[in-house]
Amino acid sequence: MSADGVDLKRRRTLTLATSAFGAVGAGFVAVPFLASWNPSERAKAAGAPVEADISKLEPGQLLRVKWRGKPVWVVSRTEKNQQELARDDAELADPNSEMVQQPSYCQNPTRSIKPNYLVAVGICTHLGCSPTYMPKRTIDGLPENWKGGFFCPCHGSRFDLAGRVFAGVPAPTNLVIPKHQYLSDTTLLIGEDGGAS
Amino acid sequence: MSENKGFMAWIDARYPATQVWSEHLADYYAPKNFNFWYFFGSLAMLMLVNQILTGVWLAMSYKPDAALAFGSVEYIMRDVNWGWLIRYMHSTGASFFFIVIYLHMFRGLLYGSYRKPRELLWVIGVVLYVLMMATAFMGYLLPWGQMSYWGAQVIVNLFSTVPFVGEELGIFIRGDFVISDATLNRFFALHFLLPFLLCAVVFIHIVALHKVGSNNPEGIEIKKGPKGNKWSDTAPADGIPFHPYYSVKDIAGIIGFLILFSAALFFAPEMGGFFIEHPNFEPANPLKTPNHIAPVWYFTPFYAILRAVPSIAGSAFPGVVAMGAAIVVMFFLPWLDKSPVKSIRYKGPIYKVALALFVVSFVILGYLGVQPTSPGKTLLAQICSIIYFAFFLLMPWYSKIDKTKPVPERVTK
Amino acid sequence: MKKLIIAFVMAVVPALGMAAGGGVHLDHADIDLGDQASLQRGAKLFVNNCLSCHSAKYQRYNRMAKDLGLSEEEVTANLMFTTDRIGDTMQIAMSPENAGKWFGVIPPDLSVISRSRGVDWLYTYFRSFYVDESRPFGVNNIVFPDVGMPHVFWELQGMQKANFKDVDGKQVFDSFELVSKGKMSVEEFDGAMLDLTAFLSYIGEPVQMERRALGVKVIIFLLFFFVVAIMLKKEYWKDVH
Repeated sequence: MSADGVDLKRRRTLTLATSAFGAVGAGFVAVPFLASWNPSERAKAAGAPVEADISKLEPGQLLRVKWRGKPVWVVSRTEKNQQELARDDAELADPNSEMVQQPSYCQNPTRSIKPNYLVAVGICTHLGCSPTYMPKRTIDGLPENWKGGFFCPCHGSRFDLAGRVFAGVPAPTNLVIPKHQYLSDTTLLIGEDGGAS
Repeated sequence: MSENKGFMAWIDARYPATQVWSEHLADYYAPKNFNFWYFFGSLAMLMLVNQILTGVWLAMSYKPDAALAFGSVEYIMRDVNWGWLIRYMHSTGASFFFIVIYLHMFRGLLYGSYRKPRELLWVIGVVLYVLMMATAFMGYLLPWGQMSYWGAQVIVNLFSTVPFVGEELGIFIRGDFVISDATLNRFFALHFLLPFLLCAVVFIHIVALHKVGSNNPEGIEIKKGPKGNKWSDTAPADGIPFHPYYSVKDIAGIIGFLILFSAALFFAPEMGGFFIEHPNFEPANPLKTPNHIAPVWYFTPFYAILRAVPSIAGSAFPGVVAMGAAIVVMFFLPWLDKSPVKSIRYKGPIYKVALALFVVSFVILGYLGVQPTSPGKTLLAQICSIIYFAFFLLMPWYSKIDKTKPVPERVTK
Repeated sequence: MKKLIIAFVMAVVPALGMAAGGGVHLDHADIDLGDQASLQRGAKLFVNNCLSCHSAKYQRYNRMAKDLGLSEEEVTANLMFTTDRIGDTMQIAMSPENAGKWFGVIPPDLSVISRSRGVDWLYTYFRSFYVDESRPFGVNNIVFPDVGMPHVFWELQGMQKANFKDVDGKQVFDSFELVSKGKMSVEEFDGAMLDLTAFLSYIGEPVQMERRALGVKVIIFLLFFFVVAIMLKKEYWKDVH
């Protein structure tokens, strides 16, 4: 290519400027395409916090609430249940809830805001099955000293009534405690804690 | 840069990357006198990419189900983040794609781009046009509005007019006795599939173009002219490398086009009912036909030809044949033109008048296609249809007797 | 040549005079979607008068709150039924079967009615109910003959009678005459209906204001891009000319 009278510097600058505009433009165009993958308004509405009425929940009973398509358990723990939570920590994988599977306000021995209510996402931390509530030892797969808890039918993981995982089962961590707050003594809001965490 | 060279050498030994680059861009010599009309090829490619990209993204939220389709479009327009923009890029893009293609085809008529040795290039182009119309027609059913539904009903019923097998053919296409969920589902699948076929045929179109080289507004074959220019001793003297000269020119053209496209997209996405028809905001209702059904504007010239032909012996089939013939006749254009010259610049007054009449009747037919019929309008449509066909069918005669000007040997401008 | 170009451009933008059809004169609805107060008044009219029979099942309350400059609490308190949640769409409790039984037709969803009918039609329609004892609800409508809907706003507008004149043996609408006064004056009622029309236009395409605002920015960006691209082209084409 002949270079007579060609202002190479101007050419380079203009090429650079056009490329820059092109790159910025392509970036702008990419935004809607990528952002459209985020949850839609419908998904957000479906994932909004849910209220649960716990006025009719008797001690020892479990209430299932659907939140973001997942089961959330509300378990009313009896006095006896609460005392038995202070078991021999050696049986548990993470007795003090050191792994962040709960909001900070639930990092306590009962993993809850109120000692008599457990609020937990009912999804096994192993492969995502929903464990069964086992208040008593009703099947052989549970140890002799079973004091109530959850048993995952898929791979046999076990959790106590604070959602803490037992040592030596497939599930690696405690059950997830969702953000939640009490709007009144009998109304629970799951999915939002008013910034308490 | 030595590393780069080593890398490219490695690639080139396995894939002709540098060869393709030079044969089709850097050392591809295009006539130096392209004008405004030569933007539309690259713009058509841009619109094809736009349609495929936005279409795939729409498919991520759209539901091809008669009960859900209409709602899923509104879901895209409201609930999906930026869904409205992607949808309008697609719906406005469809109309702009046709605008670009019609101008691209008109360029061919102006400068004789279909003449030897580009007959096959033109034929492949008409195949692309037919594929595009099929894709657009199936796509228009997907929003499942009243116009979607009844438009599809009318067009599919055209097939039902075929003597003897029509009834069965219509049922076969719909998969039902009326346009239904089954039809919607298969149209969605085909609307997704055909664009890939389009891409393949576009590739063939470009391979054919690069074999014969581009025509130009003068209609001079630069490959037959003298060799040697400032870039190469063996290249046509009147050619310039496509890259960088036409790549930078096309970029400017694309940006200019995008300004117009954005103006429509952001300020008039419905284009007063031409790009998205108003009745299409009513969900499809198989029990209630809108007062007036009109296809989208890019089909209306052919629809007007259909309606212009009176039914014979109670059968609407002749109209359907005329409409089909209006498209099929385009395939034969390269062999109908007997003029010794290609470009309108050297053609005589007869061709200029013929082309002007053709364009005017095409526009009038397009207008009549969106209008309700009346005896006067039908007569006008009949006159325009005759002009439409006469332009093609009389071409062997009038192009031969036309007084042409001598074509220079070189591109002088 | 020039003529050809002009002719072809016309092929591309065919005949912008596509007639609205029907032949009834429609009043121009001079709505302003930037006027949030008007939209809020329209929303109130809509929720109180329309939303019991007609749904707007694609419009979410929280989206409306955001776009109309209202807080979610205000919308929950004033514009929603207690059983709905702020993220819900504007559904109705009436089942389509019952509605079909009561009105003879199922009241259509109004989410995109402004886009299928047009705002002028809506504005004229709201103000064109007249006394017609032959109809089940005792009213008829000039732009929607034999409408299946009662005159919901009769308390506000009052009742009017339609005068027809004879043109070539056909009865053609001539004018309205108020026969009983409503709570609102004619001007007040027209204003209220304009608010309602504006609100329906808004829910027809909630993004439209945002769309236009973005369009300005995009086009400004492209104009700058265009200038640079033209300069680049001219620079390179010095080689050719």
